[in-house]
Amino acid sequence: MDVDLIFKIAGLGMIVAVIHIVLDKSGKEEYAYLVTLVGVVIVLGVVINLVSKLFDNVKVLFKLY
Amino acid sequence: MEIFQIVGLGIIATIMIVILKDFRPEFIIFISIITGLIIFSLILNKLVYVVDVMKNLSLKANLEIEYFSIILKIIGMSYIVEFGSQICRDADQNSIAMKIELAGKVSIMILAIPILMSLMDLILKILP
Repeated sequence: MDVDLIFKIAGLGMIVAVIHIVLDKSGKEEYAYLVTLVGVVIVLGVVINLVSKLFDNVKVLFKLY
Repeated sequence: MEIFQIVGLGIIATIMIVILKDFRPEFIIFISIITGLIIFSLILNKLVYVVDVMKNLSLKANLEIEYFSIILKIIGMSYIVEFGSQICRDADQNSIAMKIELAGKVSIMILAIPILMSLMDLILKILP
């Protein structure tokens, strides 16, 4: 489990926020929300992958099959 | 040492969350989930060692192994239920957290029923 994942996700969040603001100010609100949605979906994929790995570890550790 | 890394990680993640709070609140939950995951995986191999030691102790005291495995299952289940309900509470969804805890209590109760049965049999045997 690599620690820099937190920084990656936080950085992605900031980038998406900046893009959202830039697009908002330039009058394209739909694309702004689209970019935010894409960012959230990507991070959701990563998080769900890690949560399933955690659940497998707990299942093996506590013999919860 | 391990503990400094964990505390530093928690503080950094909290700072990240504060930064992101007013820009994009959607990412706050992700960062808190990921931090919890990484901290748990850091302590995982120590936990395996503790579980092995407890297993050996229960074998040495020649307790039935299935009681210990039931206790282990209950501990694991309570950890998962706590993990899920705390995440929901972070997102201010107390009702969902309550539902998860209710389901966890019911499933732990179901796991504990065999132990209750054997206790009852023991008591009935003791009574004249």
